[in-house]
Amino acid sequence: MNNLFSKIDEKQILVSDGAWGTELIKMGFQSGSCPELWNLEKPNEIFSIAKSYIDAGSDIISTNSFGASKIKLEQFNLSDKTYSINVKAAELSREAAKDKLVMGSVGPTGKFLMMGEISQEELRESFLLQLKGLIDGGVDAILFETFYDLDELKIGIEVARDLNDIPIICSITFNKNSEREFFTLMGNSVQQVYSFLIEMGVGLAGVNCGNGYFDSIEIIKKIKSNFPELKLLVQPNAGLPEMISDQLIYSETPEKISPAVEELLELGVTIIGGCCGTTKKHIKLIRDLVDKKIKSFNLQ
Amino acid sequence: MIDLLDQLAICVEKGKINSQSKIPADMTGKDGVEELLDKLLQINIPPKTIIESGLLKGMAAVGEKFRDGKIFIPNVLFSAKAMNHAMEILKKEFLFDQLQFKGKVILATVKGDLHNIGKNLVRLILEGNGWQVIDLGVDVDSEKIIQKVKETDAKAIGLSALLTTTMINMKSIIEDLRNTGITLPVAIGGAPVSQKFAEEINADFYSPDPAGFLDYLNKNLN
Repeated sequence: MNNLFSKIDEKQILVSDGAWGTELIKMGFQSGSCPELWNLEKPNEIFSIAKSYIDAGSDIISTNSFGASKIKLEQFNLSDKTYSINVKAAELSREAAKDKLVMGSVGPTGKFLMMGEISQEELRESFLLQLKGLIDGGVDAILFETFYDLDELKIGIEVARDLNDIPIICSITFNKNSEREFFTLMGNSVQQVYSFLIEMGVGLAGVNCGNGYFDSIEIIKKIKSNFPELKLLVQPNAGLPEMISDQLIYSETPEKISPAVEELLELGVTIIGGCCGTTKKHIKLIRDLVDKKIKSFNLQ
Repeated sequence: MIDLLDQLAICVEKGKINSQSKIPADMTGKDGVEELLDKLLQINIPPKTIIESGLLKGMAAVGEKFRDGKIFIPNVLFSAKAMNHAMEILKKEFLFDQLQFKGKVILATVKGDLHNIGKNLVRLILEGNGWQVIDLGVDVDSEKIIQKVKETDAKAIGLSALLTTTMINMKSIIEDLRNTGITLPVAIGGAPVSQKFAEEINADFYSPDPAGFLDYLNKNLN
């Protein structure tokens, strides 16, 4: 059995990592440059972020490759480095993870098929280079995250399937409308998104980013009740950032999220971590709560 | 006539270009923007009336429904396409100098950020509702905005950012504008941005959607 699924069978709940982008900023990353180039130019910094999450208790960490599709790298004139950037991203997390797991992060390209901004072939090529790099660099799974366009995601999944039988995790970002219903940017409902993923044979899926831990409870409940067969991943951001004396501060600090994390665990999520603004302190806290939860399973 | 104008507004809202177009599916075979414009012009309805009571009404509904999360990016794009198509047809009929724009607005995605989806949606909604947009594109620094303010008689500035790594640049842009003596209202928007953040960086206005910005402009600067 693949590493990821055997680990899930063994531990039932896996703790993933927190934010990468906001950690890069703390290390002096300047907006306007390419975060993924740091894999090649500042590997020690990237390694230290990966390791900080492993040290905080992550069972599975991602890679610094969210924007490392060929199409996104083109904006920095780095498309010829797509493969090498992804290989290095995977290797750095792999090295930090040791016997823990690594999921290769893949984000959307930001271009829309439906507007004709990009062709299916271009998208395919863009994902192919990135996924090949991540797989060759040693990831245990591919994490498609922050996706909102099912047409684009479908191509990503197909490319991964064509490469090999690596496990695929799909994480979608939803917004709430005035009637408090959840939709993607493209207008797909929870029902449509997860039916589509199940039809594509994806058994591990969830949500990320959004509007914090407390806000994610409602959507996880909804997915769980409609699709009980799905294994769920949840990686919320730490609320929306505020600016306090020149610093970006996220409202959902580690001290505040405990009740929400407990409720998410109660709902039966399989992988739990964080998105923008979450830190190793968030992960440490989640680790403790997950351990408590696993202990309660074992006592039953 | 009122009936035709209402139908035209619905066609803009739904992105129905002509009777042959397949969008939206539930209007297949029915009149689209092309046929309705033809009928309206034949009975000598002035283009100004067509624009104000038909096209703009349709786009206003698009803005409101997008704000409420009832329609989504694809719908806005289809509507904008129908609106632009209608304007192209009307351009042949009369001089656009007769059209009174509400004013000019400068839009920019801030320095370091290459995302244009949000900004483009704002542009579509503002233009569809009678504002003239000066679009400076993505990765725009203070200097470029200051230059444009000096060259034009813009009434407001809209800044966009998608990333938590770039939203911080909104602060320095607003500071630079104020230090240069530019007092034009600055509105901000984008996924990670909030009302609180807007207040903290001294932006004049925040809206989570294009319709909010449109309302602000219509109320305060029209």
